[in-house]
Amino acid sequence: MATKARKTKAAVKKLRTASEVTWRDMEVGGILTDAGSAALRRTGDWRSERPILDKEKCNKCGLCWLYCPDAAVDACEDGYYEVNLYSCKGCGICAEICPKEAITMIEEEEE
Amino acid sequence: MSKRVALEASHACCEAVRMADTDVVAAYPITPQTHVPERLAEMVADGELDAEYIPVESEHSAMSACCGASAVGARAFTTTAGVGLELMHEVVYIASSMRYPIVMVICNRALSAPLSVWCDHSDVMSVRDTGWIQVFCQNNQEAFDMTLWAFRVGEDPKVLFPVMVHFDGFTLSHVTEAMFLPEQEEVDRFLPKKRQYQFALDPDKPMTHGAFGPPDMYTESKISQEVAFRKSKELIIQGWKEFGKIFGRYYYPVEPYRAEGAKTMLLMMGSLNETAKLVVDRKREKGESVGLINLRLWRPFPFEELRQAVKDAETIVVFDRCISFGGPGGPVFSEVRSALYGMERMPKVVGFVGGLGGRDVPIKDIEYAFDRGREVAEKGSEEIFETVGVRGKVEGIREPKGVYLPAK
Ligand code: SF4
Ligand code: SF4
Repeated sequence: MATKARKTKAAVKKLRTASEVTWRDMEVGGILTDAGSAALRRTGDWRSERPILDKEKCNKCGLCWLYCPDAAVDACEDGYYEVNLYSCKGCGICAEICPKEAITMIEEEEE
Repeated sequence: MSKRVALEASHACCEAVRMADTDVVAAYPITPQTHVPERLAEMVADGELDAEYIPVESEHSAMSACCGASAVGARAFTTTAGVGLELMHEVVYIASSMRYPIVMVICNRALSAPLSVWCDHSDVMSVRDTGWIQVFCQNNQEAFDMTLWAFRVGEDPKVLFPVMVHFDGFTLSHVTEAMFLPEQEEVDRFLPKKRQYQFALDPDKPMTHGAFGPPDMYTESKISQEVAFRKSKELIIQGWKEFGKIFGRYYYPVEPYRAEGAKTMLLMMGSLNETAKLVVDRKREKGESVGLINLRLWRPFPFEELRQAVKDAETIVVFDRCISFGGPGGPVFSEVRSALYGMERMPKVVGFVGGLGGRDVPIKDIEYAFDRGREVAEKGSEEIFETVGVRGKVEGIREPKGVYLPAK
């Protein structure tokens, strides 16, 4: 788990937003040659809500990590979880599934 | 040494598919293309062609199967005509956008209704903008030559686009002519034995074909396709040069016939060119200043070659085998006119439509197009285009009188 979290963090540095990608960067036929490359792309741009996790309420059950359809929840070394906003789509499934109501969805404009 | 044989165009293109050692054939039979899949099925059954023959349930499936085959690096071939191409339409775009170098023979056929199985170019025009390399054949030899060449050019890693080889339904598909078949050894010098494809799907090297393109990526993806497609013209020409060196027959994007110094040039695509050559010969004998332009490469469009070929002409008469309903004239006509627009001495471009739904276009109709075309160029005409061989005087292919615009 811990390694996964670190890997994702490292990958975040290589992230390129769509605005940095030009037509010259397109692979022939739009083929993605690196498997699992979604982790390298900022795909959370079009989110309208984001999950906020309250560690106080969290019991480390890991259901949010398990249920997130986008693998956007990272497991941390301390046993808690955090949301990777580079890929979180704001679907709200983690908030829905959390048995402790530790996750709340807030509008993107809100601080 | 090549050997002289007698084949119809349908069977001629199958010989090219066989000699190219094609891996996968997926096709659905439809008149007038039927002889192509029939002959290929026979070749596979008889062990002459070591290919996977997929008897799909529709043209949509035929192209889908070819996309899958091409994605794993197979050499894939399909063929259709007319309404079959319409049913395939969605996947035709997918093949070119995903850069699968499938070769497809189209035995050109009219579109319904009324139901017609006979030749015209309506089916071509509906796939004009799909991003396939498209060439036309004048005879059965070319049906073989273009099909073989199509594999070589399409599969070139610097090209990677699918290629459509067009020949006229029945006029060529069902008519036997003398032609040359090369030796396998010559074919092997021209076309690599196996397709080289660095992106072939492979479970040991996972990658994604056909990812989705959100609004912030789609434009970039399409522009990269368009740039590559236009660039492919160089390799298309290179392929023809090398074809010529090995087989002794040279092809060009635009092929003038007795056009030197001609004041009036007729431009057309496909087998009608052979009839038009007779007309040009006769007119030249009578001292008329006429020539012919065979437009072989339809996509990517050969702008420079066309401009160069017609630069001294006064009138270009374009003969379309398709109507663009309510549009600016026949599709080839409007394409040629816009290709020449802005030339310093732009020739007048006059459009005719004819040969629809298999209507015969005899010598006298082509003579008429030349003569009437010259007249229209001099005096003008209210009609947007004229139709050769139609019964009854046509008035009304023009804008109705009166304009309707918001008041100032
Ligand atoms: S909101 Fe949806 S995408 Fe984002 S972390 Fe929760 S479950 Fe995953
Ligand atoms: S589902 Fe809720 S309680 Fe369980 S780990 Fe996630 S945030 Fe904590």
